[in-house]
Amino acid sequence: MNVQAIRAIYRFEMARTRRTLMQSIISPVISTSLYFVVFGAAIGSRIAQVEGISYGAFIVPGLIMLSLLTQSISNASFGIYFPKFTGTIYELLSAPISYFEIVVSYVGAAATKSIILGLIILATAGLFVPLRIAHPFWMILFLVLTAVTFSLVGFIIGIWADGFEKLQLVPLLIVTPLTFLGGSFYSIDMLPPLWQTVTLFNPVVYLISGFRWSFYGIADVSVAVSLAMTIVFMAISLAIVAWIFKTGYRLKT
Amino acid sequence: MSAASTQPIISVSNLSKTFASGLQALKNIDLDIRRGEIFALLGPNGAGKTTLISTICGIVNPTEGSVTVDGHDIITDFRAARSMIGLVPQELTTDAFESVWGTVSFSRGLFGKRPNPAHLEKVLKDLSLWNRKDSKIITLSGGMKRRLLIAKALSHEPQILFLDEPTAGVDVELRRDMWQLVRSLQAGGVTIILTTHYIDEAEEMADRVGVISKGEIILVENKAELMRKLGRKQLTLHLQNTLQLVPPELANYHLELANGGSDLIYTYDTQGDRTSIATLLEDLDRAGISFKDLQTTQSSLEDIFVSLVRKNK
Repeated sequence: MNVQAIRAIYRFEMARTRRTLMQSIISPVISTSLYFVVFGAAIGSRIAQVEGISYGAFIVPGLIMLSLLTQSISNASFGIYFPKFTGTIYELLSAPISYFEIVVSYVGAAATKSIILGLIILATAGLFVPLRIAHPFWMILFLVLTAVTFSLVGFIIGIWADGFEKLQLVPLLIVTPLTFLGGSFYSIDMLPPLWQTVTLFNPVVYLISGFRWSFYGIADVSVAVSLAMTIVFMAISLAIVAWIFKTGYRLKT
Repeated sequence: MSAASTQPIISVSNLSKTFASGLQALKNIDLDIRRGEIFALLGPNGAGKTTLISTICGIVNPTEGSVTVDGHDIITDFRAARSMIGLVPQELTTDAFESVWGTVSFSRGLFGKRPNPAHLEKVLKDLSLWNRKDSKIITLSGGMKRRLLIAKALSHEPQILFLDEPTAGVDVELRRDMWQLVRSLQAGGVTIILTTHYIDEAEEMADRVGVISKGEIILVENKAELMRKLGRKQLTLHLQNTLQLVPPELANYHLELANGGSDLIYTYDTQGDRTSIATLLEDLDRAGISFKDLQTTQSSLEDIFVSLVRKNK
């Protein structure tokens, strides 16, 4: 195991975060605060409690998930796309480092960033609404699993993308709609029966539901199913990453 | 010399690479690089120089054949093979916002070496980059970026250094400095493989020269031997009186007239019979042709290279 290399890449990626502090941390915090102001305070004050929880508090897990998903993807996809774009990937490909180590370091750094961000948003939310975390262990577990899984997804997108437009395409056209429609701002019970069924095909529903359960003990789907689905997504992402490295897809000719 | 040190440090056998586009960039390459030598790989654009280097370094997957680095297969034992190699690519591919110090530290770590600030300081000082160690890469000039790429490759103390067109776009003074650096690396036991367009660079630096053309190694030779074998000499005689025609009795020498008949040129192999000049001069005297001055020139590696590649067309 080339521990020095993992450390070098991880540090390099974290240094990039420090250099782009505005983009990496401050802008998501500001946008989340705006959600609280608009949904939590302005609109939320007119909405009755959702399953016994104030609306403002209800949306916290969904908002964290929204940021976690988009930021994990954007961090990881940028991290690996940029060396491809600038050509510095030659160094990575010629280094005595295995594919596993490359993934661990890039995905590890991307996941770390989004977990830090998730915790910052959680703290920010605490300023707006009273928070309660019923199952802290599970909360952290869901946070970590989701961050890692979607960093893997981001890594795949970063490898696949051959232009900046493609880099933005998946987060913008797929992830953001799925998150908004995945119960970030409402409980699935609030939907008409047909849409309730349709929604169950949205993978993000399981992530948000499980995460919300760890806060308030309420869930749209059973926690076991949430956990299982999260692990399934991770397994699928890992399989794709393994295939990419096995074939050298978009990395080696 | 021990048995291990006489073994080639890089051994390429039957290596072929065909790209997805169908382009066959390398054709059955067999090549041994000797430990501690400076090997110059010459070839016209698109000959396969960079593909060959990239394959040895792990950036391009070979289609066929194998490569070992100090006995380690580059695929099955890639860790051992790659950790010995430093690569300086042709393109100035660097990060933009990272600092000089940050990027050389990164390279060292990437190759599995523990941090060693003293070594990095030495490398940066050798390459006149020490006073810019905290600068962002984007603020460096082209020549500095080129040196930075070399510093990155040297940061992990490689035993083999690949320099792909190291002096492209570099000014004369810096080129001299770089040659100096390459020589001192060689003195420290590093094996160096360089590709270049500047034949004088190969002539100046290399112990051996390989010529690649259309994906094939068409020649590998000791540089001095190559110059001796293929080098041609020309004797130019500046005549007292101009000549209209070369007298028929001198036809065997294949002489050429130049400069309006005032110069007589005799081309001969350095390997050939040296006494031919003496007999030529005697025959000239006999034919009543006298000259006021003479000069000889020896063909450079460049001439040799051009004639080789032309033959291969």
